[in-house]
Amino acid sequence: MQLAIEPHHTLLEVLRYQLDLIGSKQGCDKGDCGACTVQIDGKPALACLTLAAHAEGREVSTVEGLGDAHGGCHPLQDAFDRHDAAQCGFCTPGILLSADALLRARARPVSRQEVREALAGNLCRCTGYTKILDAVVDASEVMHGTDDAPKSGTKEAAQ
Amino acid sequence: MSENEDIPVGSEGGQPHTQVGGVHRKVDAMERMRGVTRYTDDLKLPRMLHAKIKRSPHPHAKILSIDASAALAMPGVHAVITGKDLPEPYGIIPWTPDETALCVEKALHVGDGIACVAADDEDTANEALEKIVVEYEVLEPLFDPEQALEARDNPINPYSQKGNLSKKVLLEFGDVDATLEQSDLVVEADYFFEGTTHAAIEPHCALAHVETNGILTVWSATQVSHYLHRELAKVLGLPANRIRVIQPPLGGAFGGKSEPFDLEFCVAKLAVMTGRPVKLLYTREEVFYAHRGRHPMKMKYRTGFTKDGKITGVDAKTILDGGAYSSFGLVTTYYSGQLLCAPYGFDAYRFHSKRAYTNKPACGPKRGHGSVQPRFAIECQIDKAAEQLGLDPIDMRLHNDIGADTATVNGFKVGSNGFSECLRRVRSSSVWDSKRKELPYGRGVGVAGSTYISGTNYPIYPNDMPQAAVQITLDRSGRARIFSGANDIGQGSNTMLAVITGNELGLPLDDIRVLSADTDLCPVDLGAYSSRITLMVGNACVEAAQKLRRLVCEAVGKRWEIPRKRVTLAQGQAIDREDPERNVPLAEAFVWAESDNGLLAATGSYNTPKDRHGDYRGGTIGASPAYSFTAHVAEVEVDPMTGVVDVKTIWVAHDCGRALSRKIVEGQMEGSAYMGFAEAIMEQHVVDPGHNGVHPGPSLLDYRIPTFLDTPELEALIVESPDAQGPYGAKEAGEGPLHPSIPAIANAIYDAVGIRMDSLPFTPPRVLAALQARAQRERAGDHSPHKPNTHGAGRIA
Repeated sequence: MQLAIEPHHTLLEVLRYQLDLIGSKQGCDKGDCGACTVQIDGKPALACLTLAAHAEGREVSTVEGLGDAHGGCHPLQDAFDRHDAAQCGFCTPGILLSADALLRARARPVSRQEVREALAGNLCRCTGYTKILDAVVDASEVMHGTDDAPKSGTKEAAQ
Repeated sequence: MSENEDIPVGSEGGQPHTQVGGVHRKVDAMERMRGVTRYTDDLKLPRMLHAKIKRSPHPHAKILSIDASAALAMPGVHAVITGKDLPEPYGIIPWTPDETALCVEKALHVGDGIACVAADDEDTANEALEKIVVEYEVLEPLFDPEQALEARDNPINPYSQKGNLSKKVLLEFGDVDATLEQSDLVVEADYFFEGTTHAAIEPHCALAHVETNGILTVWSATQVSHYLHRELAKVLGLPANRIRVIQPPLGGAFGGKSEPFDLEFCVAKLAVMTGRPVKLLYTREEVFYAHRGRHPMKMKYRTGFTKDGKITGVDAKTILDGGAYSSFGLVTTYYSGQLLCAPYGFDAYRFHSKRAYTNKPACGPKRGHGSVQPRFAIECQIDKAAEQLGLDPIDMRLHNDIGADTATVNGFKVGSNGFSECLRRVRSSSVWDSKRKELPYGRGVGVAGSTYISGTNYPIYPNDMPQAAVQITLDRSGRARIFSGANDIGQGSNTMLAVITGNELGLPLDDIRVLSADTDLCPVDLGAYSSRITLMVGNACVEAAQKLRRLVCEAVGKRWEIPRKRVTLAQGQAIDREDPERNVPLAEAFVWAESDNGLLAATGSYNTPKDRHGDYRGGTIGASPAYSFTAHVAEVEVDPMTGVVDVKTIWVAHDCGRALSRKIVEGQMEGSAYMGFAEAIMEQHVVDPGHNGVHPGPSLLDYRIPTFLDTPELEALIVESPDAQGPYGAKEAGEGPLHPSIPAIANAIYDAVGIRMDSLPFTPPRVLAALQARAQRERAGDHSPHKPNTHGAGRIA
């Protein structure tokens, strides 16, 4: 896609205002909350801190395209739906993009601690994170089976 | 899938519970996860302008003049308004109208709105703000509530009747002084609860447009569309029937969007003036200054006990720091005392609460409105008493449980009560008994309990109309449409309505469409506050759905020549109970019913019972149709070298009456417990008096909220003690489970290292100071070492 942009516009502004890709959210506009997380060349990036010009020649993925390779619904989206992991849903697109990057990088079932570390840059104010952890671990098992799951299983023992 | 024989509501005719008590995909979640849901800031209208608000840099100043001519002369600027364009005072509580859309004569806190610009884009609007010249006469600011109460010659809020006293409540039940005199033990302590803010991830946003038919439509990220509708009519001087308020899907609220804000009035006025759509999105910094969060409270408590641990009486004195405006403060001041009288019974109670105006962003309702702070105090008091009396803190709470079908000392009628069951569940899940004995120095467990309301018995403005109403229509294609004014703010109320309707009509949730929070299309609902929606709107929904079920079953029975009550609706079919092989798809049953009755539509209304409150002035405030109960156990590890408190796990047992949708209820419990944990350990919403009253860090980086890595394990344990007042017995679940997190953590810190944290939050410097103070007392021989026989790491010698 080719696009003429203002040189000072962020990627988030161009996505939301020029392309009407409203799935990436503005929560703080300064890189604190993670609601605008997209993927640039497959890696999570904060669209509000990225100048749009920086994306030239790179592949930018947003939540709108997440289900494309999965018949419209990514296993993460399905797991979030089953676990009621989205309450208000405002942070969810960003979390899905961070979680998808984690699951692609690991290509195996993930532990709750791995998810915590990978998603530490995405704030959620509704859920207490519990159902999101359940959903991401569940999706990783749906995608990769449970045979090679880490020893801690889906839920760490209470300390 | 089980039938509940005990609950009359919803079980008429033996309709099976095919939805209630299950696990559901929310009716509106998938579109949110695909990024296609349009939140307010995602709305874009042709020729839309963008607005920005110029804000006061002073905490207290008289406005001498505003010159907007240079801004207005800029290309791309369409209009500028100031306080004088919207001078009508308003207030979410009708008795305290003490704010205006923009400041008229005075700015009362840093960030108070002065003028608003509508321009082609945000950049132009921001540039125009710089060109507005405001001349101020700076006045002395007051930041401390007690000093403000004494400063009689420096009233902050120009509409206040009593100087800087915003509200005072003094209520006494029984003879408190005599009771405390006769008690075996009186625990006396001062507590301080620092204010906190909501920090919903979606900033406030509003869009207004005058449609060609002259109707002013306002889309707003609000949790109370009805009250916003009323206040818009008042301030704009328009009849309510010329205004339509729509709440688009909302990105979190927690009480922070439960009253009108300057942006809604500004976009409405600017849309009227310019004839074009106008949108305003707060920056994150503006969200912090808009605030309306939890009040800081200074609380002095005296609590009496018998030697076997029974609470005899409570004497509470509380100062509330209200900030510049009343907001819900009248109610907060009552709640700071009125909601303390369960889950523990006692016979004597006095509370004296005073709310002060200060030159800070106004405080208001945050999840657990007004009762989270006193809950912290009383639960710490009980823990101290348990220690002094040599009792187990859970046993002591069980001993004081007020029980079911009773009344509190302040006259509130309590129905169902699962508090003791909550205590038993957290005791066993946390392995409390062995942890209390065996955890070494530096590690500990603490317990706390609480109660909360499921809606308030009386609405904000007095009237005899229903507090909730729902309309449902059935469609000949086999679908139901629910029209409800209730605000789904992420808590899942749209799904709750679908679950109830699906349960009553045998429909899968996919065949139910919920249209909510649009004042043109939906019946009035009072909004998402005081945990009222499940009980109130749920009851209204049950009534409407049951009326339709009767029509459908009647029409089917007529055709099968069997009594209506032999027909049941389940799994998308009408079924003959006595011959289940005989069934028909619901779409066809709906056609039969529509043929017999005309369009299938029914309404349901709910009003609260009026005999469940105290018979004295103020006795209605805080009274609820039903009360939830909660108990938490928190396990912590305290590092004596750094003062860092690591909360490992919180076990959260909550009596929600009946879980209509289990994962959604768990999510409310987990989210609540998380938010309480955050207030205990890291959050404080303050302004800096040393820097002219500015917020020291109005960002989500500096105002730290817990990340995935900070948040403890949260174990949700649903307890169901069905209440006759709730739909299928349901009570609230979204606010009660916040309360005990804070005192449970405080009490766990004591169990871990022997220090009482009576001021929030429990930051490392405060914990270290308390540890050092204890070590000093130990050296002086005033204290023996805490947990002397264990080898916890890093004990301060």
